[in-house]
This record gives sequence, structure tokens and C-alpha cells, in this order.
Amino acid sequence: MARLPAAFAELEPFTDWCLPSEYDRFAKRIDSSMDELQAFYDAAFPRLQESEEYLKGVALDGISDEDRNLLWLFSSLVTVSFPVEVWRQPRVPDSGASSIDVVSAPTP
Amino acid sequence: MPHFTKPTEGSWTEHFGLATEPVSYDDSISPEFYELERDAIFRRTWLNVGRVEQLPRNGSYFTKELDAARTSVLVVRDMKGRVRAFHNMCRHRGNKLVWDDYPREETSGVCRQFTCKYHGWRYDLEGSLTFVQQEGEFFDLDKADFGLVPVTADVWEGFVFVNFDPHAQPLREYMGRLGAGIEGYPFHLMTQKHTYRAEVGSNWKLFIDAFMEFYHAPVLHAKQATEEESRKLRAFGYEALAYDIDGPHAMVSSWGGMSPPKDLSMVKPMERVLRSGLFGKWDGPDIGELPAGLNPARHPAWGTDSFLFFPNFMLLIWKPNWYLTYHYWPTSYNTHIFETSLYFAPPANAYERLQEELAVVTFKEYGLQDGNTLEATQTMLESGAVTAFPLCDQEVMLRHLHKVCREHVADHQARQPATPVRISAAS
Repeated sequence: MARLPAAFAELEPFTDWCLPSEYDRFAKRIDSSMDELQAFYDAAFPRLQESEEYLKGVALDGISDEDRNLLWLFSSLVTVSFPVEVWRQPRVPDSGASSIDVVSAPTP
Repeated sequence: MPHFTKPTEGSWTEHFGLATEPVSYDDSISPEFYELERDAIFRRTWLNVGRVEQLPRNGSYFTKELDAARTSVLVVRDMKGRVRAFHNMCRHRGNKLVWDDYPREETSGVCRQFTCKYHGWRYDLEGSLTFVQQEGEFFDLDKADFGLVPVTADVWEGFVFVNFDPHAQPLREYMGRLGAGIEGYPFHLMTQKHTYRAEVGSNWKLFIDAFMEFYHAPVLHAKQATEEESRKLRAFGYEALAYDIDGPHAMVSSWGGMSPPKDLSMVKPMERVLRSGLFGKWDGPDIGELPAGLNPARHPAWGTDSFLFFPNFMLLIWKPNWYLTYHYWPTSYNTHIFETSLYFAPPANAYERLQEELAVVTFKEYGLQDGNTLEATQTMLESGAVTAFPLCDQEVMLRHLHKVCREHVADHQARQPATPVRISAAS
């Protein structure tokens, strides 16, 4: 069953990134290989790039399940952009054992 | 040759009458000094424990663990709408009054009265004891004598503060000129809140140090910018637009060329697509004229002002009209809990929500680098191999913070009655 709006059907293979919590999005990034992160980025980034108007038309009040999934998928893409665009590794360089964990965040 | 004008004295440090010699960090590696700070600072100054949005209606409450002040506080909006605080402690036999499954974890909710889990004593929201289980079993117990122990509480611009000093000066007066300068900022409109927490293996002051200077930014965070931009930033170094000090409080005003960048090639692809980044959405909401205390240098390249309201409350207001807070809650001389909340005007649509997400997680990527450095610093300071450290003019706020802490401790010691001298009977 489709989880995303029909116009984003080709991103269905990546819906395991539809995670409502930043904690889970970051954890999945850390647990992924660079190849996995790159594949997700390569598929999703061009769609984000061309979807500004679509996303501006999605009001958060009364957002549909499909659009909400799309929002969480693109939120994951934001998290994944750091390893892909700059770090070349899933973890933040020089961050060692330190962690900063989300306590609460708006949904959405 | 400075890029931005310095005071006529030639440096900010001398302008504020601070010494220029190397600084001791003994105040950050000593268990004894920390014990003094708990009483001298954390039981004697106004501590920001939250915001009024956490108390949306009469009966709303939250608890705050204040290990440094040796207590837990219960903050509540009473039935008349007034914000009150109490030591979170039942008057019967001292049980912590309000907690959920884990006594050391903070909690929040809405209620009409507080009931102790242990023997069922009840208190109304004004703190009065209203019910004692098997009252007849007690000896001359007058419930009026056993209300919750109040803690002075007050609200400034929607920020809720407590103070354990019964002789504390009024909060608004305590916030001083720097506080007055930002009164009227629409904090109450920025209700979209993201909160993060970290346990950090360093003295609490070391993390404030890290966030009160940006001298480190072009180096520690070099890889956060594109390569060419990073080289430029490092060659340029960092200079603040302005610093200010008022009493124990301080602020640094910074430029911020990235919101929006002069040249789109300066920023990462995700920032170009979402028009957002560390400094927030490039096109933030319109909030009208800013209070006079922001961007004190009136510089067109202004990006953010960082305020430290002593001892541990930092407030950063960003040019694209959002703000964040940092709190540093000591748990020992070399550990503390770091909390940060980022506040935005509520996004209208999914695109704006993603702009917000990029600002939030960019902050986190920076913060992870900052946090790790602190543990590295703490362990080497504790080695004692070096005991004095040169601070540059861009680290003027650090010099001030450590001086204010030492002064509070010295004043506290001066107020203590002299320890009686034991005279030996021998000889």
C-alpha cells in the first residue's frame, strides 16, 4: 500500500525513512552505510529540489497521512545531507562519544 | 588591524576593566570550589527553570531537578493564574511530592491538588496542606503550619525564574540593562519548540565558555562550511561586532553573513534548496521593529546576539527572527546537564517545517563537536600540567564569567561566620 502521495511514488522504496522522531532519524543515519545514505540522497534530493511549490501548498493543519510521511522522509533527508554533502561518514567528525538527544519536538 | 571597531581603550577586555594576564581554571577542576558555588551561586541567584507556555492553564505544573541547588522545585500556575514555586517535598516525612515512575526524572501535567504517594497528604495549588490521612493520630497537628515550603518565583518576558535567597533583589532589577534592552521581543509568538539534552563530562562553566566565544568557530567547525568558504573564514578569523557587560551578565553580538549568503556557492546544496541553515530560515517571519538592545553596533551584517544571564541561562536571538536558550545544570564539579531549546514561529506549511528542521539539526551537528571538545579540555585541566591560560580579547566574556564566579564565592565565604578556633588545653 502506498505510503506517500502518488506524485512521489518512486520514493516508496525509501519509506523506512518516514520516521516522526529526530532521535530515530539520526539513529538510522548512524546505523546506515555511506552507500545506503548516498542511494537515499540521490533518489530523494532531486525530488525535494523540485517540490518547493508542492510543499508550500501542504498546510500542517489537517495534513494527510501521505503528506505527513513525505514530510518525515524529507526530514530524514535533511539529516542524511550532512554525511553525504560534507562529512563523508555517517557520524559527525570529532564528536566521539558525545551525544545530544532530542527531548521533545513538534509533530509536525 | 581589526575588521570591526574596538573601544577607545584598544581592547574590549581593558574597556570593561578586566585584567589581561593568563587565567587560572582552578575554579573548574576543584570539588571544593564546586561545593561553594552551589551555595554561593545556585542558591543565591535567579535561575531560569522554564517558560510560561509550559504552564498553559490554571493547575498546570512542572518539576525541575536542581542538583546544584540541592533540591527539586515544583512550579505551578495556581487557581488565580499566578505562577508559584515550592520545594518539591511533602511536609510529613520528606518524600518528594511530585514525580512519576522515576523520582529523579522531571515531570509535568495538570491537576487541582498535589497528593503525596506515600501517605496521601494533600496540598492545594497555593501550597496549603488540605488533608492529612488519619489526622486524629497526630499530636496537636495544625495543618496551617505544614504547607509546602515556598520558593520565590517570578516571570520575566515569559521566562519563569526561581530564587532560593529570601533576600533576593526583584527579578526585573536582576536582569539589569541587558535584560531591559530586549524586553518586548515577541518570545510568546515563537511556540514551535525543539528541546535537546546532553550529559557532558565537564565543569558547567567550560560549556558556557565554549558558547560565549566564537574564536573557535572557523577552526573547530571548519568542515561545516564548503572548503573554499572554510579557508576564507579561517583567514579572516573571528571578531565580534560588540560585547557588553552589566553586573554579572554579559552579551556578544556577532555578524552572520549566511542568512542569506552573499553567494549561493558558499553554502551546502541542502541549504540552497531549503533556504535555511545554522542561522535559521533566511526569510524569517516579520516581527516588526526589534528591541533597542539587539544588534547594539547597529551593523548591517548582524547575525545573532548571545546573552548570558548569570549564572547559567543563555539566550540567543537570531536575525531571521527565532531564538534559542542554553542551560547548564551542574551535577558535580566535572559533570553537568546541558539543555537547549530552539523556538520558532509556527510553520504554516511543510516547506517551512523542513526549513526549521534544517536549522535544528545543523545546530545539533555543531553541538556534538562542541560537546566532545569539553571532555577533552576537562581531563587535561585536571592533569594540572598547566595552571594559567592566556585568553584573547575575543574571549573577554570567559574572563568575566570566571571572575564573577570567584567573586560570588568570595562574598559567600565572607558572609559565613568564622569557624570557631579550637584551642588546645595542653601546653
